[in-house]
Amino acid sequence: MKMFKKVLSLVLAGAMVLSLAACGSKDSGSSDGGDSGEEVFKIGSIGPATGAAAIYGLGVKNGAQVAVNEINEAGGINGYKVEFKFEDDELNNEKSVNAYNTLKDWGMQMLVGSTTSDCSIAVSAKTSADNMIQLTPSGSSVDCIATDNAFQVCFTDPSQGMRSAQYIGEHKLATKIAVIYDSSTSYSSGIYAKFKEEAANQNLEIVSEGAFTADNNKDFSVQLQQAKDAGAELVFLPIYYTEAALILAQADSMSYDPIFFGCDGMDGILGVENFDTSLAEGLMLLTPFVADSDDEATKKFVDSYKKLADGETPNQFAADAYDAVYALKAAIEKADVKPSASVSDICEAVKGAMTEINVKGLTSDEQGMTWAATGEVDKAPKAAVIENGKYKMMQ
Amino acid sequence: MSKKNSSVNAKKKINIRKFLKGDLLTYLMVIAVYAVLQTMVATGNMKSLYQGLLVPMCVYSIMALSLNLTVGVMGELSLGHAGFMCLGAFSGAIFSKITSDIIAVDLLRFILAILIGAAVAAFFGFLIGIPVLRLKGDYLAIVTLAFGEIIKNVVNVFFMGIDKNGLHLSMKDEMSLNLAEGGKTIMKGPQGIVGTPNDSTFTIGVVLILITLVIVLNLIHSRSGRAIMAIRDNRIAAESIGIHITKYKMMAFVISAALAGVAGVLYSHNLSSLQAQPQNFGYNMSIMILVYVVLGGIGNMRGSIIAASILTILPELLRSFADYRMLVYAIVLILMMLFNWAPACLEFRERHSLKNMFAGKKAKEVQ
Repeated sequence: MKMFKKVLSLVLAGAMVLSLAACGSKDSGSSDGGDSGEEVFKIGSIGPATGAAAIYGLGVKNGAQVAVNEINEAGGINGYKVEFKFEDDELNNEKSVNAYNTLKDWGMQMLVGSTTSDCSIAVSAKTSADNMIQLTPSGSSVDCIATDNAFQVCFTDPSQGMRSAQYIGEHKLATKIAVIYDSSTSYSSGIYAKFKEEAANQNLEIVSEGAFTADNNKDFSVQLQQAKDAGAELVFLPIYYTEAALILAQADSMSYDPIFFGCDGMDGILGVENFDTSLAEGLMLLTPFVADSDDEATKKFVDSYKKLADGETPNQFAADAYDAVYALKAAIEKADVKPSASVSDICEAVKGAMTEINVKGLTSDEQGMTWAATGEVDKAPKAAVIENGKYKMMQ
Repeated sequence: MSKKNSSVNAKKKINIRKFLKGDLLTYLMVIAVYAVLQTMVATGNMKSLYQGLLVPMCVYSIMALSLNLTVGVMGELSLGHAGFMCLGAFSGAIFSKITSDIIAVDLLRFILAILIGAAVAAFFGFLIGIPVLRLKGDYLAIVTLAFGEIIKNVVNVFFMGIDKNGLHLSMKDEMSLNLAEGGKTIMKGPQGIVGTPNDSTFTIGVVLILITLVIVLNLIHSRSGRAIMAIRDNRIAAESIGIHITKYKMMAFVISAALAGVAGVLYSHNLSSLQAQPQNFGYNMSIMILVYVVLGGIGNMRGSIIAASILTILPELLRSFADYRMLVYAIVLILMMLFNWAPACLEFRERHSLKNMFAGKKAKEVQ
């Protein structure tokens, strides 16, 4: 019996090695096949397609796919077609790096990802080592763009916090503010830290701070009661929409009805299953994109997105990813690189061109967006309010 | 009388030889797999995906070995092992961040980080061991689970920065660190540590697995190891012959914690962004490591390494199943567990084992 175990363990170990070898050889075969065909730009993308934050990853996946389809229909970039592939990272740093390596095996030349901040940071160390251009649609932490090959489409967390405080202050929405934030994500605490700093300048008084973590994100009655007792007129929620949906429902059940104000993580709240959307009435959020806006570009994007994603309405992440692909297109055209160039050469060329382009996208206004060499984007902020179960842009 | 003695001696010798043979096979397996994989990497025959999985494979193998020491050798169920990994990961990463400008030799800095990670995890293993090891069975399991969660959550409240005046520590936020100009923040509470140097390599990982094996296997065959196993098998009998229960249990627990700390350092130097989250240092991870141990066989060190390696690669192999991969993963896990440990399967395997086939062949050849 013992002997058998030994044999079995050896066989299993051998099988493992063989399977690795098999995969290795398969890979080299397929990449040879790809080279012999016509030349294409290969754009990869990473994000959570399963789990709690799936709506972001799927938004990025489909949004980028819409852009790629449009570009291919219009004749590609400089005449070269674009191929697109998306990998799931389950909102886990380690898996995000695995997803990146999977895409590298596929032959990716440019990365639109990762979707979330922490994953994006983990991946940026690898893209930096490989010198691959990385444009994260929605990784909003400042650390995402710490390496010089990484760029961002969305605002950084601190600038979201600052702009939220400015928006509330300038539009005189409230003076007594309660904050409920997730201390276990860099997104939420990053926004909150800057919001608190800027709130003082805007004469806003933060009357209650309720923190929660990923371990206890189901019951918010304590934080809400605290806010209610402190007499807060506005509750600032720099958190993701899954928790926000629970907060809104629980606030309703304790008949507490302040103004709720969120950031871009709030986008997607109307799509939560079994969520009474009437509860979100009057909810404000700082988001660069609303799906039922009137301009032509947005309408066209929403139509194609719905066709692609079985009638789902695109969220802001989808728009960010759409803009990211177009930004890459603009930079490639500016730099005039060819798909046959090495990953590193493409990176060098595109990196230089990124600071020179101006892209008018779904998430920017007429002025368009530009990038600094640090990787940070410059565009005008926008806010939306939920009215009659729909997002509406505020002026 | 003398005849009897010599036969006992002979038996003992055979036993020792058997032990050594088993251990040698384990070392050889690790070295052989390393040689094959390293050759594949060097000749460019391995996908980047699998190259990226080499270090995690080492990390989880060490974790499985270390937990197997607690579960298999000491015979106590620990559900907070990821907590020690977390301590090692953070203390190692903090050290590397602080000294990244001072110690120029990457390898030296990494070795020091590993030692520090092991020491910190061992120290907390000792502290936690004092109350925990007074319990046994389910009670011990629950308390370790609680300690694991405490570690993860406590790590999440610390902010740390360094400037010319030295280290600053805060439990409030980044601003209250009051760093002087030119100071840098090392640890940002729930946002963890960003920008740890990527020092982990497959070679270092394999060396660490071998060191772990040396420590664990030698402990098992030592006098102390036999005492620990005696306590596991019959506490009362062990106590009655004068074995110091607390001392030996503590020894196993602290070594186990230190090794988990080493795995943590390797983990944190593999990714440049480190946060203590439920999925990497929570009880889910502790249970995942327990799965490696149980699948590989409780008390079976070689099995732990194999199970940890396979289960680290498996989710990535299943990527082609897209959204169904989690379901497939669970089914494969159930099948593997059944194949390895279901009594009916064990019996079937015994009847149709390679050994029997070889034995049959040999018998025929003789005829």
